[in-house]
Formats: sequence, structure tokens, C-alpha cells
Amino acid sequence: MTLADLEDDALLDTLQQAAFNWLVENVNPENGLVPDNSDPGAPCSIAVVGFALSSWPVGASRGWISRDHARALTLATLRFFISAEQGGDHRGTGHQGFFYHFLDMEHGCRVWNCELSLIDTALLLAGFETAACYFDADTPEEADIRRLSRALLAAVDWTWALDQGGTLSQGWHPETGFIRYDWEGYSEALILYVLALASDTHPIPRDSYQAWRVTYQWEQIYGYDVLYAGPLFIHIFSHAWLDFRAISDGFNHEKRVTYFENSARAVQIQSEYARINPRGFAGYSADCWGFTACDGLGGPMDSADDIGRYFLSYSARGAPYGPDDGTIAGWAPAAALPFAPRTAMSALREMLRQYPGMMRDNRFLGAFNPSLPGDGPEGWVSPRIYGLDQGLLVLMLENHRSGEIWALMRHSALCRRGLRRAGFKGSWLDG
Amino acid sequence: MDNPISEPASPTSFDHDPTDPRRELERNLRPANWQNPDPAKCYNLAVIGAGPAGLTAARIAARLGARVALIEAGAIGGDCTNIGCVPTKAIIRSGQVFSDMRHASHFGVHAPDTIFDPALALARVRKAQARISRMESADRLRSEGIDVFFGNGCFANRRSLRVGDQTIRFSRAIVATGGALRQPDVPGLQDIGYLTVETLFNRDTLPKSIMVIGGGPLGCEMAQALCRLGVRVVLIQNAPKFLPREERDAAQFLSESLARDGIEIHLNTTAVGARQTAQGKEIALTTGGDPFSITVDEVLTGVGRTPRIVGLGLEAAGVAADPETGIRVDDHMRTSNRRIFAAGDVCGGFMFTHVADAAARLAVRNALFFGRGRYSRLTIPWCTFTDPAIAHVGLYVDQAISQGIAVKTYTVLMHQVDRAVTDGEETGFVKIHVRQGTDRIIGATVVARHAGEMLNEITLAMQRRIGLRALSGVIHAYPTQSAAIKSAADACRADRLTPRLRRLSGWWMSLMRRAG
Repeated sequence: MTLADLEDDALLDTLQQAAFNWLVENVNPENGLVPDNSDPGAPCSIAVVGFALSSWPVGASRGWISRDHARALTLATLRFFISAEQGGDHRGTGHQGFFYHFLDMEHGCRVWNCELSLIDTALLLAGFETAACYFDADTPEEADIRRLSRALLAAVDWTWALDQGGTLSQGWHPETGFIRYDWEGYSEALILYVLALASDTHPIPRDSYQAWRVTYQWEQIYGYDVLYAGPLFIHIFSHAWLDFRAISDGFNHEKRVTYFENSARAVQIQSEYARINPRGFAGYSADCWGFTACDGLGGPMDSADDIGRYFLSYSARGAPYGPDDGTIAGWAPAAALPFAPRTAMSALREMLRQYPGMMRDNRFLGAFNPSLPGDGPEGWVSPRIYGLDQGLLVLMLENHRSGEIWALMRHSALCRRGLRRAGFKGSWLDG
Repeated sequence: MDNPISEPASPTSFDHDPTDPRRELERNLRPANWQNPDPAKCYNLAVIGAGPAGLTAARIAARLGARVALIEAGAIGGDCTNIGCVPTKAIIRSGQVFSDMRHASHFGVHAPDTIFDPALALARVRKAQARISRMESADRLRSEGIDVFFGNGCFANRRSLRVGDQTIRFSRAIVATGGALRQPDVPGLQDIGYLTVETLFNRDTLPKSIMVIGGGPLGCEMAQALCRLGVRVVLIQNAPKFLPREERDAAQFLSESLARDGIEIHLNTTAVGARQTAQGKEIALTTGGDPFSITVDEVLTGVGRTPRIVGLGLEAAGVAADPETGIRVDDHMRTSNRRIFAAGDVCGGFMFTHVADAAARLAVRNALFFGRGRYSRLTIPWCTFTDPAIAHVGLYVDQAISQGIAVKTYTVLMHQVDRAVTDGEETGFVKIHVRQGTDRIIGATVVARHAGEMLNEITLAMQRRIGLRALSGVIHAYPTQSAAIKSAADACRADRLTPRLRRLSGWWMSLMRRAG
């Protein structure tokens, strides 16, 4: 029996558990660090750690690991980060409460010349907060989880990251200082701003969130009124934790759309773009799409149509403005299930049936590109599995199946405070 | 084809005019034997600078019966004809043809081996310049009643200026001396030499490899054109995207297009040093603190322009100016001397030929007829002539939101436009921004192969305050690419059909059915 033959719930359970197991199999139990991808020697990505911390509760609830195991992994992670070097040293772990994007899996030191990343720190913090909400027992260990999480969240100096400007910077390098460009347009930074506004110790001013929203693009594309962002992951990341189904900020009120509904429209645009397939790539259809940040082959090369296209390596692809080089992230429809169940499930099934080679051990590989030569109908297939994709799938499939993460975070005082300061109102936030 | 430049075809000219275009250019724009006329007792208008702004001002004034003196230090036509728009667009066209021929098989045409002849292409650039110069030659200007003086014009006092040993008295004056390319500040680059658009076209060959420093409009245009002509191009941009002023989706399309053409792109990269080696010009670069270097045959730069005000004697005339921002003018183009106006690049701001032209018209009207026309009321479009071209008019979305204007954007992708599909020119979009809840157009961006042509319809609508819905009622010839604008207008019109109206319409239809 293939994956495509399974009933809906069995299929999603299989995919979700396989993704979860990848995190369990690859986490360093000593410090909780999780590698960015399946390549031997790959460094840890702190964003993946954030997703992993949020996944342990899912695994414990579903009985895939014990609560003790989940607790031990969580504590190891928190203890590592609370004692990590925070002086901004170029081979340290963090600065001003933020952490470098990529860390050595054993010692947790900065690798390459990577940036001190705001968004990746935010995803890590979301993991801390999920852990603090889930481990609510009155035991010394679980109390320790809550204490450490709060301490790590309180240590982040968000005002420093404004760099004396109106909006948050993208990051900082010990060698060259702040990255000069800020967040432009609607993006996954929504959760970043919520956390930065929520801080008890160093909150950013409310004006900062308004200033970020100035760069929003409200467009009608393919007949859908949408807050535009090209890559699909932008429409998903913040929703992995926060339940935006019935809450609205000022922008939502003005445009009469929730961020959740907006993501649903973004999914429809992905499907419509693939149906039109303006660049004539192989495999695209209304049921085969997934234009987002993902792996790619990279470099100029001839595709079947001899146009001499330029192919990207790991990059944020998007619809409908691109970049688009024929690369499809197979996991995207599964991660988008909560927003547009019918469209996404239809694509997920069709892609599993047509392109089984995009999977390895029931896990989505980074991406595939049917326009490039390969061993099967998938064409080129990424040789690696990405931790970010697996973590995102665990959370979004859980939200689709039970809403557990959303329910947990609805009770997070931190998130509620951040959302209210951003101007969100309605439904569970008013209670 | 390994190196299309190294094997030029036997030069064949299809032009029957054997005149060397360089000589004709010289004869038209800076005749060697020109005798400056004896100055009149007093001129209604003295214009310093015979570029786009100066020419427009002088011609309009002369047509209206004014006595006009036009003073030019270099060649008539200014940067536009001599080093800017005209030569760059001519070489872009060569690049486009070359690129189209290489992709001809997609249109069912098997082009023979395409070989680029740089000497012929560069000669064509000069021929285009020569053709255009016929419209603005010194003789022609004289025949239009304009007294043309070649030489450095310098104000002697508030009412007169000197050209050589001649004194020109004026009732009103317009300064239109344009701008000069800014010197690059890369250490060592002055020593090893570099090209600018001033020197790029005055030769018969193109370098095998070139580094273009600066990803603004001109840098992107030249990088793409040269790359398409077979030059190995490295494009350095000291920012996260090209055309930093433009919408990010527009810059995104351009980035992809430049990469597809084969340009080696380095964003967030700064040139920090240059030296000559046996292999060529080695440019030291840094990206996010990571140093590296690239060796090329030539470097093309000229990032930005500064207003040309040195030697004009502005102090003597009581005209306030700043070396960076140029001559200070009010909204009526009047300087701090109420008799003297200024227009074009010398005022800083938008340095475009068409803006210079519009500002010069304003200045003439305000100078000679006590007009009160305002620069701030102009609707100014602009276009970067890459492929796809990027054209914009009015406000950007973030500017509008910052001003408290709620914006809705109607987007039509070029791949939704029939004529773009038939022409294989599907890259791009039309985005028209309206004030939300209305059809008032506040801005637009067009990315398309013919974006500059398409934008004019939107500019017209904005200038005449025609709402977007009204464009829906304008029949567009089918199939044309500007149908994209009508599609956006149709979408805006369809938005009027609120759920309540739709219900009402449904009720009416059912009533009609029942009535048979």
C-alpha cells in the first residue's frame, strides 16, 4: 500500500509521525540542538529547535514519545540556551538575548559567518513559550521549564534590535553590525512583532508594528483580494503557533479579512498560478504546487525546452511574481491544510500519486523539479530532508487535526499580551 | 558560440548615408566654425544650457515671440543626446535584437549563427545620435530665431551674464546646465581608469568583460545590454535589491531576468578597492564583511549625478545653490533671484529628460507670463528600459499608507494578457493603486517589455483625474498588451458589485425568468 492509498487521517498520521520521528532521531539529547538538514555534519538551525520544542508536546500527546522523554529533551534545550555565551563573540552563541542562526551541533557555537537572526530567534522563542504552556505540572522539573523559558524570553533586548529606527532589523553580524535592510512587506515577521511587543523587559513600541504594516501590499490577484506575499511559508509560519482564525488587527478590520483567511487565499493563488503555468514548467497543475523557500539545484543549465533557464539553489520562491524555476516544495500543500483543506488535500494526494520519489521514508525531501532531468517523474529531487519542513509539518498537521498548538498558545499570557498590544481583538482574545 | 565579439562579421552598412555620424554630430551640435552672434540689447530670456530643459525653454519662448539667447558650454542636446538616453537606448536595442535572435527557435525560426559586430552596433548608436541631432542643430535653432552662443555662460550680476567677452543682458533667465556624473569613490579606481556612459560609446569595440558598479536604472540597463551583446558582465549593487526605489516585485522580476541573461550578480556588495594586475583590473569587494575580488577588463561606473553649477557665477546673480542638491527653486521653478528660474537636472530631484522638459515649460510660462504653474502638480512617470522594462507613476504603496491613504491594488499579470502570450512577452505585471473604496488612481507600476509605452495611458488618467473605472469603458484594440490596463479597470468596476447588489441582481433575474 502506498501513501496515496491511505485514508485521509491515516495518511496525515503517517506523514506527521514520520516528520516527528525525524526530529527525535536527529536531536542532540545533550543540548536539544537539531540539525538544519539531513546532510552529514549539518549545523543546528535555531529555528528548527523552536519547531522541535513545539513538537515534543505533540509527540507526547499522541503517544509517540513519553512525557518524560519530551520533558528531558525540553530541559536539555533550555539549559543549554540559558547558559550559552551571550557576549556577541564571533564564535559565541548569541548577543543581547538573540541567537546566531546556525550553531555547531555539539558545542553550540556560531558556524560560518551567519547572522544573529531575529526571525529565527523568534521561532526559537515560540518553542520556549510552547514548552512553558505545555509543561504545566506542579513538579520541580516542569516548574524549571517554565522558569527557564521566562528567563530566556525576558533576556531578549528587542529595543536594541530596533537599531534606533522605527522597525526591527533583520539581524546583526559581529563583524559588520546590523543588517542594513529591514522587513519589507507582509512576512513571517508577524510572530516576531507579537513576541517583541509582548516583552515585559524590553518591549518595542506599538508604533513599530504600525510602521512595519506600512509596507503591506493589499492587491487583487487572480480575482482574490489578498495581503500579498509570494512564498507560501510566509503565510504559514506565524500560524503554526497563533490561532488567527477569528482575531483581527486594524488592517484586518479595514480589509475585512483575517490573516487566516488571507493564507487561504494565498493557497488558492498558488494553485491558480500552477494551473496557468506561465513559464511552462513540467508538472505544474491546480493540484501540483508549492512555491516557497526550499532547496534547489542551482546554476544556469538547459531544461527540456532549451530556454537556458537559470535555476536557484536554496531560495524563497513565490507565486505569482516568482522567482519560479520549476521547483516545487512537496510538503507545502500538507502544511497548508488548515487554511484550504479541500484544495490542499487534493494537491497532496495528487502529488503523492504522481511523484512518490519526492518522499524518503514517508518524509518530504527538500523539493523536486520535474523540468530537470532525474531518475523518475520528479526530475531533480533534493537529496536532503530539512528540519524546518519537518517541524512545520508536525505543528500544522496537528493544528489541522486537533488544533492542539493553537489551543495551547491561546492560553499563553505572553502571546495574548503581544497580540493585544499589536491591536488584535475578537473571539478568544477578548475572553 | 564561444566569444561572439572576437569574430566580427564583415562590416556591412545598410545605411546609404556615407557621412561619418561623428562629423555630423559635431557639425550639428557643436559646429567648429560657429560665430556667436552680436548680442541684442536685451533679451526677454537668456537660457544657459542647451540640453533638454534649455532647448525646450528656448524654443517655446522663441515661438511666443521672445528674444532668446541660448548659451551652451559643450554640445547642444546635453546628456540626453550625447551620452544618455539616445546612445543607451540605441545599444539596448542592439542587445535586444541579439537576444531575440538567440531565442528565435522558440518562435519557429532557426536563425543562422548569430555573430555580433560591435563596430557596426556602435556606429549605429552614433547614427541614431546624428539623426536626432538634426532636429536640434545649431543652424536649425538659429533659423527658429534663437541666438545661439557657444561658450561658458557666467552671471556678471543680477541682470546680465558674460559669454567670453560678450555681455548678454536679460529680462529673465533660465539656468538649465544639467548634471555631471559623480566621481566614483572606490579607492584606486581613478588611478587604473574606468568607463562611464560618456566614454563607453565613443569606441569601436566592447571589452570582453566588464564590471558595472551600481544597480540603479542606468547600471541595470547597461549591464543587461552589454551582457546580451556577449560581454561577460559582473553587476555590483550596494543594496539588497536592484532599483531600490522601485517596488520589490518589480525588482524581483528584473533580478530574475538579469540572472537568466547570464549576468554575474552580487547584491549587498561594496567595491572597496581597485588595482591593475597583469590579468586586468582587479576590484576588491566585500559582501556582509566577507572580502573577495574579481578581475575584469573594464569597469563601468557613474553612480548618480551632481548638479552642474560650478563656474556659473551664481553668487553674483544672487542665486542660492548647494553643490549636492543643486539650485534652490520654489514650486514655480523660481530661484532666489526672482528674475532667474532653473529647470532640469541642475535643480536635483528627478533627473529625467521628460521631467526637465516639463519643468522647462513651467519655467517659461512662469518667467514670461507671470504664470503660477506648480512643479508639485506635475504627474511624473519614469521608466527603466531593461527587459522587462519597469515603469512607474505617482505614489508607491508605502508612501500612500504613510500619508494615511488606504490603498487597494489591482494587479494583472502579463501572463493573463492574450497579446503578451502570443508575443512570448509574459514577464511582468500591471499594478494600479487606487484609494480604497474609490477608483481614484494614486499610482501605478508596470513591468513589461513595453512598460514605458503602456504607462502613458495611466499617466494620462492621473493627470486628467480620470478614475480607473472609466478606463474600463475605453475600448482597447484587441489584441494589445495595454489590454492589461483595461483588465485592471474591469476588476475595479466589478468591485462595485457588492454582495447586496449581487443579491438584488439575482432577485431581478429570477423575476425576469418568472415573467418569461
